[in-house]
Amino acid sequence: MKEFMFLFRGGDDIWNTKSPEEQQEHMQHWQKWIGEIAKKGKFVGGERLRSHGSTWIDGGAKIIDRPFTEGKELVGGYLRVKADSVEEAKEMAKGCPGLQWDCSGVEVREIWPEG
Amino acid sequence: MKNGEHIDNTLNHLFRQESGKMVAVLIKIFGTENIELAEDVVQDALVRALETWKFKEIPDNPRAWLYRTAKNRAIDIVRRNKHSRLIDFSDPQKQLLTSSYTLETTMNDYWKEDHIKDDFLGMMYACCHPDISQENQITFILKSLCGFSTKEVAKSFLTSEDTISKRLYRTKEYFRKNKIRPIIPLPDQIASRTGTVLSAIYLMFNEGYNSTHVDQLIRKDLIKQAMLLCRSLLSEKRTQLPEVFALMALMCFHAARADSRLSDHGELILLSNQDRTKWNTALIQSGEQYLNSAAYGETLTNYHLEAAIAFQHCKAKSYLETDWQEILKYYDALLNIAYDPIVFLNRCLVILELDGPKDALNTLELVKGNKLLEKYYVYHATLGEIYERLEEYVKAVSCFKRAMELTQSKKEKQFLRDKIAKVSG
Repeated sequence: MKEFMFLFRGGDDIWNTKSPEEQQEHMQHWQKWIGEIAKKGKFVGGERLRSHGSTWIDGGAKIIDRPFTEGKELVGGYLRVKADSVEEAKEMAKGCPGLQWDCSGVEVREIWPEG
Repeated sequence: MKNGEHIDNTLNHLFRQESGKMVAVLIKIFGTENIELAEDVVQDALVRALETWKFKEIPDNPRAWLYRTAKNRAIDIVRRNKHSRLIDFSDPQKQLLTSSYTLETTMNDYWKEDHIKDDFLGMMYACCHPDISQENQITFILKSLCGFSTKEVAKSFLTSEDTISKRLYRTKEYFRKNKIRPIIPLPDQIASRTGTVLSAIYLMFNEGYNSTHVDQLIRKDLIKQAMLLCRSLLSEKRTQLPEVFALMALMCFHAARADSRLSDHGELILLSNQDRTKWNTALIQSGEQYLNSAAYGETLTNYHLEAAIAFQHCKAKSYLETDWQEILKYYDALLNIAYDPIVFLNRCLVILELDGPKDALNTLELVKGNKLLEKYYVYHATLGEIYERLEEYVKAVSCFKRAMELTQSKKEKQFLRDKIAKVSG
């Protein structure tokens, strides 16, 4: 079994334009999607990230008060899952509810295998 | 009413009604290995309510306020412990509590009304696991599901808080070691497991109904809580068994007469002398409805028969108009299910009414020397009553005296003392 990281790109711009009810409904889609992965025993973890942050650049000589990339490129969160193959992981990632909303892309990356 | 008093009353009532449900949901979230944590969260919500409401007003929906407070606290605890080993998140649903994508949505699911009901019932079954002694079952139910403090549980059982703490500890250990999960049993086990739950409920009810020695308020509370537990079983299809309806009916009939059993001075009043206008007709009516609902299927339990007897008493316009013949039939049926010397003794009282003291005495001869009855004050009081009617006053007095030695209750002692005075005079 391999492990993969899904990186969700895109900011919170859409999120903030939605009503609390719409936000809640959207999160229910996430629950359903992740819930199904968990039921198969393939959910490892994952977190949603706040859109503000700081970034050290220039070899640690300088810090900027924002994430490295912004807008559509911004990493909004990640999910760690297990999958037998890259194909399975790709298929799994396709269901990400963010794609229907504020997510500009779901990046599927295999975690560097141990040992 | 002063504001503070009003808050106290609202909270007390809410707490008795809701704390058990909140504890049950939280135990589902934190696991049975974290019962104290669940209880702490509920206690915390209560304290917060008390402090907040004192300065503002009681919110429009105090129940929702309490639940929200408990839920938010649970979210905090889960967030803080997602990488600790305190809570076992391995179950797929609980795993969703560990991610910020799914924590709040999943937590909201845990607090949906139908889940709350299931968890509460599940906890009742867990508390009444057949391996746990009945004493420990009830102790645990009162503490965790009925919102009693350790002190109040101790009062209910006339024992020390220390003893209660030990009992609670043992039950919690049992849960931990055996990984008992709070769930409603599967259909093939539901009847037998419900039987254990009903015995605990009935015992709790009797603790409130029969014991004349306990604090009035606690007694009323015990009766109310026992009925509440039974009613919650009836609120769920899977647990709507005939015997549950029967017990509910029985408790209604008894509770309907509770207030007429004591005089204004706290003296015991026998059924024959009770003011029947004081009986709660609404409760008798609900009892009758429950009894009708209990009459389906093949099941005939003690509860059915005891309820039928109690109903006969409730139905009779006066003591003289009691249908003793009908009642005797139910007693025979009860003894047919299982021999019980106490039931036998009660049956003798029916014979006393039907056939007079001689026949009653002859019937009692059959159980002379029974060890249980010899130590039971009612047995001696009954004998005294029979001798009194036979005008054998010396024997009657000695029986009443023996009964007095055997009861702890001040009210019963006084009752017997009056009897002796009457017979001797």
